[in-house]
Amino acid sequence: MLIRTSSPIPTRDITDERLYLDRRRFLASVGLATGGLAGALLTPESASAQTPLANVKKSPLSTTGETLNSLDDITSYNNFYEFGTDKSDPKANSGRFKPLPWTVKIDGEVGKPGDYALDDLLKWFPLEERVYRLRCVEAWSMVIPWNGFPLADLLKRVEPTAKARFVEFTTVQRPSEMPGLRSPVLQWPYKEGLRLDEAQHPLTLMAVGLYGKTLPNQNGAPLRLVVPWKYGFKSIKSIVRIRLTSGQPQTAWNVSAPNEYGFYSNVNPQVDHPRWSQARERRIGEFFRRETLMFNGYADQVAGLYKGLDLKKNY
Amino acid sequence: MPDLSKAEGRPPKAVRVSFRSAKPLVWILCLAPLAWLVYRAVFGGLSPNPIDDITDETGQWALRLLLVSLAVTPVRRLTGWNGIIQWRRLLGLFAFFYVCLHLATYVVLDQFFDLASILADVAKRRYITVGVAGFLCLLPLAVTSTTGWIRRLGRKWQTLHRLAYVAAVCGVVHLLWIVKGDDLREPFTYGAILAVLMAVRVVYWTR
Repeated sequence: MLIRTSSPIPTRDITDERLYLDRRRFLASVGLATGGLAGALLTPESASAQTPLANVKKSPLSTTGETLNSLDDITSYNNFYEFGTDKSDPKANSGRFKPLPWTVKIDGEVGKPGDYALDDLLKWFPLEERVYRLRCVEAWSMVIPWNGFPLADLLKRVEPTAKARFVEFTTVQRPSEMPGLRSPVLQWPYKEGLRLDEAQHPLTLMAVGLYGKTLPNQNGAPLRLVVPWKYGFKSIKSIVRIRLTSGQPQTAWNVSAPNEYGFYSNVNPQVDHPRWSQARERRIGEFFRRETLMFNGYADQVAGLYKGLDLKKNY
Repeated sequence: MPDLSKAEGRPPKAVRVSFRSAKPLVWILCLAPLAWLVYRAVFGGLSPNPIDDITDETGQWALRLLLVSLAVTPVRRLTGWNGIIQWRRLLGLFAFFYVCLHLATYVVLDQFFDLASILADVAKRRYITVGVAGFLCLLPLAVTSTTGWIRRLGRKWQTLHRLAYVAAVCGVVHLLWIVKGDDLREPFTYGAILAVLMAVRVVYWTR
């Protein structure tokens, strides 16, 4: 039988790197600078209609030696249950979602709580390109060039209090724009959480784009979390609230199936999901499964966060 | 309406002819899902994770056709259309065909003959264990589906072929146990259909 995946990613789907770089240089030169998201207001419909982001600097924290997945892969194969549970649903059903204008409520244990406009965040924090592996808990993975800023910078600005130990994130809940919310698949709104030191880790990213353009709706427009050493569901999408807390927050998947999805959910090939193995994964676009790496290959940077922690118990 | 009960399994000519002429149609309908799958695999249309698509669709069609084949007897009972019994073997074999495709997808495309990994899955992953159990139920049924075996086994044949009920339960549980989140609509739908088909049987058995 002919299997499409056994062939490499079609060349037409790969943005030539020189074109990609030239385009960004060009845009920077014509001065589509600060707050460049404004244009995205007009056309949030499809991936091709995303607005280019200006002044995105390549980050030294990017993962190297990996082949990027195509924009088509990244934007047509998603888990975003607010738009349906099929991988194709988010792309098919997110056309009505209006990601702009956007504000994020930041409250709880912070010195400067408030409603923060996304446009302001984009003025404050320079954008970086971060290439990260994304490992889904379902044992598939991709390599994605995100655009965003470190969550640590945002947290610093809102001044966590001495009591702050955790960060809780909440996804927007708009039943009229998100048809998946009609099904009680998870407890809505979707919530996720990190320990404060995880949230402040330099690898933890607030993403507003990918491949140099604003995030498509199905990828969590306009603002999402990316925590590359944890299973994908930790990287919560379309964030409307960030609350700092002293106690460990509840998280959607942990509430749904506590024996299957822990608070930490670090990528760990030695700790299986109760129903399937996590030892290997299928990189989207490849035929053979590959070994899953401890902390998704980011052990050098993040293993220190979990010294003395039993990762089998704290899965 | 002709009295079919006296025909001893031999339907009147009109029905017999219609089965024979409809047979190609059944083949086309049963092969259409595979054709559509192959078409998309070749010309594009599957997701970026086509192995998952193929696994999912062959499994779904296996279960659907198994339920269709299990619907033959209830339909016959409720409508008195005895001729429909002739469709059962073909439908059952097509269900088994999709089960084989589903299993082959797992062994070849998903695991690529990694025997250690497959055996670990069968032993440790209960959804795979129950799936394999369902396959093992259907295997002897496919083997003994020939006219020769039906004759040789006599009354035992019918008893043996009640394993199809067990296989269908295995199929529904297999799906139920792999579902992520609390979205159980799919396995519940299949389960409900199976329950109705079994309920009709129970009513006739206890009469």
